[in-house]
Amino acid sequence: MTLGWSIYIIIGTIGSLGAMLWLLFANRTTSGEGKTTGHDFDGIEEYDNPLPMWWVGLFVATIVFALLYLVYYPGLGSFAGLSGWTSQSEWQNDVDAKEARFAPLYAKLGAYTESELHQSSQAKQIGRRLFLNHCSTCHGITARGAFGFPNLTDSEWQWGADFAAIKTTLLGGRNAMMTPWGAALGGDTGITDMAQYVRSLSNATYDADAAARAAPQFQMFCIACHGADGKGNVLFGAPDLTNDIWLYGGESERIEFTLRHGRMGVMPAFADILGEEKIHILAAYITGLSQ
Amino acid sequence: MNADAPRIIAREASVAAADTEAAGFAPVDLYSRREKIFTRSIQGRFQRIRLFSGWPLLLGYLVVPWLAWGDRQAVLFDLPARQFHIFGLTFWPQDFVLLGALLIIAAFALFTFTSVVGRIWCGYTCPQTVWTAIYMWIEQFTEGPRHARIRLDSAPLNLEKVRKRGLKHAMWLGWALLTGYTFVGYFSPIRDLATAAIDIDASAWPALWITFFTLATYINAGWLREQVCIYMCPYARFQSAMFDVDTLIVSYDPNRGEPRGSRKRGASTETFGDCIDCQLCVQVCPTGIDIRDGLQYECIGCAHCIDACDDVMKKMDYAPGLISYTTERKLSGGVSRLLRPNVLGYGAVLTAMCAVFVVALIGRSLLGIDVLRERGELYHVVGNEVRNDYALKLINKTQQTLRLSLDVRSAHPVSMLATPDPIIEAGEVQSVPVSLTIDKRALTAATFDVDFEVCADGIGCDSEVSRFFGPGQ
Repeated sequence: MTLGWSIYIIIGTIGSLGAMLWLLFANRTTSGEGKTTGHDFDGIEEYDNPLPMWWVGLFVATIVFALLYLVYYPGLGSFAGLSGWTSQSEWQNDVDAKEARFAPLYAKLGAYTESELHQSSQAKQIGRRLFLNHCSTCHGITARGAFGFPNLTDSEWQWGADFAAIKTTLLGGRNAMMTPWGAALGGDTGITDMAQYVRSLSNATYDADAAARAAPQFQMFCIACHGADGKGNVLFGAPDLTNDIWLYGGESERIEFTLRHGRMGVMPAFADILGEEKIHILAAYITGLSQ
Repeated sequence: MNADAPRIIAREASVAAADTEAAGFAPVDLYSRREKIFTRSIQGRFQRIRLFSGWPLLLGYLVVPWLAWGDRQAVLFDLPARQFHIFGLTFWPQDFVLLGALLIIAAFALFTFTSVVGRIWCGYTCPQTVWTAIYMWIEQFTEGPRHARIRLDSAPLNLEKVRKRGLKHAMWLGWALLTGYTFVGYFSPIRDLATAAIDIDASAWPALWITFFTLATYINAGWLREQVCIYMCPYARFQSAMFDVDTLIVSYDPNRGEPRGSRKRGASTETFGDCIDCQLCVQVCPTGIDIRDGLQYECIGCAHCIDACDDVMKKMDYAPGLISYTTERKLSGGVSRLLRPNVLGYGAVLTAMCAVFVVALIGRSLLGIDVLRERGELYHVVGNEVRNDYALKLINKTQQTLRLSLDVRSAHPVSMLATPDPIIEAGEVQSVPVSLTIDKRALTAATFDVDFEVCADGIGCDSEVSRFFGPGQ
């Protein structure tokens, strides 16, 4: 807030209060009991009676309250108030209080091994709640995934299936990069041929001639990440192409789209959001899902 | 006529009274000043009834929050946890329809009883009446009987007045504190309330609420008293709509009493009616009216005047009942009937609502299920399988840990992917994700109902209908 706005607000606030007090003070006298103010509408006259004392008292009390409030709380422009209260600090206090309350529990569970966590129903409950709050937006409430977001209950793990690998994924996030291959494969024919070859790896129905044409190209380009047998590589997050699990769809058109335009898979890092202890519990919950 | 005459309330006269106030600062109040009422205490049949009906209720109020049920307070309305414990029953916000039924029962009970016996609630059981009676008893205890209180009130401020008044207000506040503490104890565990209220580091709410209810009790029963009934209580006003000529009212019999006049004991009553104009019925009235003026909206039906008058009639060797519980029809020489169309109507609704309440209470589900659909994806197709995901919010309203079984029913061949039986602790709400699948080739509708059911052995079941979405034909 600039100084000008601050002054504007201070003058407006204090000025309004002053005007209220003046209004009250200016109306302290009346022309006398039973006399009218002279206003007359349709035979209805307005009496000029004094204000009831209790009403005046309440009015003054509200003004006193307002002044005390403006001293204690922020309200007068950029003046922060004697209490130093902000909505952000109130929220932070609430968060700190809750974190202090649950810190011993997380510290205890954070020291458990993976198998101990699997046996603890408390850890499972906490893991499920963490999952529903933080992971279900993409992976679904049942963790069975969605288009472009992997199913966590099946056997395929792009970045490794063991507890340590999943914890690493959660802490640091992952970026999977499938580059567009249209130019390298020689345009549309090359792409449709390659799609048939990829389908042949996973026992889907495919055009054998087209697949045969693409086989040498697979060994030239795709082998670097997906391996000679197409079983993928957890180091690059390259998926196994030999099973029937497809992150972006296994139909010919879907595979062609993937080859033509590439895919970018992003798993965000949760280290700063959840912290190491919660991720430890969550990783065990996730390894438990696929068992 | 008698020295206390100016004390008789004549509200019509109060405007004129304001004119006679001291000059100088003489504002025209927009409301009339309250006339002080000094009630004379009285013994009698109806006061005994009040004692025997009031004390058990009062003791119940004070004792109930201290009772224990297992390892928790027997009656506790736990607002933060939204659980309302009444002995072996725990009510949840989902059961609020029961509270609605209870309030309807209370309303129709009020209608029924008011049309039959008049303002019996006001006179005997209303907390405002009961607490005011306690406060008047304290007043009598500290300041003495009526005439002593009137003398003390007009006496200049001296040590005796300060001592008596101080003791009175201290006792009033003490009783108010007990009341407030007990009331808050219904909402916050009463055994920890004292420490919670004085612990500086803990939340200020318990102390604040106890203070609020203490002051509210003190002001209501000590200072406002009958003004609550006359000006604030809506029930006092609208119950006149339920009155008819056969409703029981406290009334003076003018045929027998008039013309009134004082006379010696045993004197002839040829020139006078039975009313000896002793003013006792006025002096005992907690709302400060003269019952001989007829039925008034201020009358709370407390029967103080009946007891006072019967006592006088006995001393005069007259028959009791000059002021009595009677009806307007009886006063005009008729015979009152109990069963009238309005009473039968109110009674029928009351009975029906009671039956509905009992049935609903017995049949209420102790399990709860709420079905929330997956928000990310409407449906998911893998190969020939179409999948929908749901989060089932399962509630265990019982007081034991339950193993629940899940089931789904539908007109279409859906199946639920294996989910372990959820184990839910007493009073817990758990969110359990489940998936339904259907073979794409068996899908004949784009969307259809699926009915989720959760059951526990020996407890019962609850179910909720949700929808299954597919890609269509």
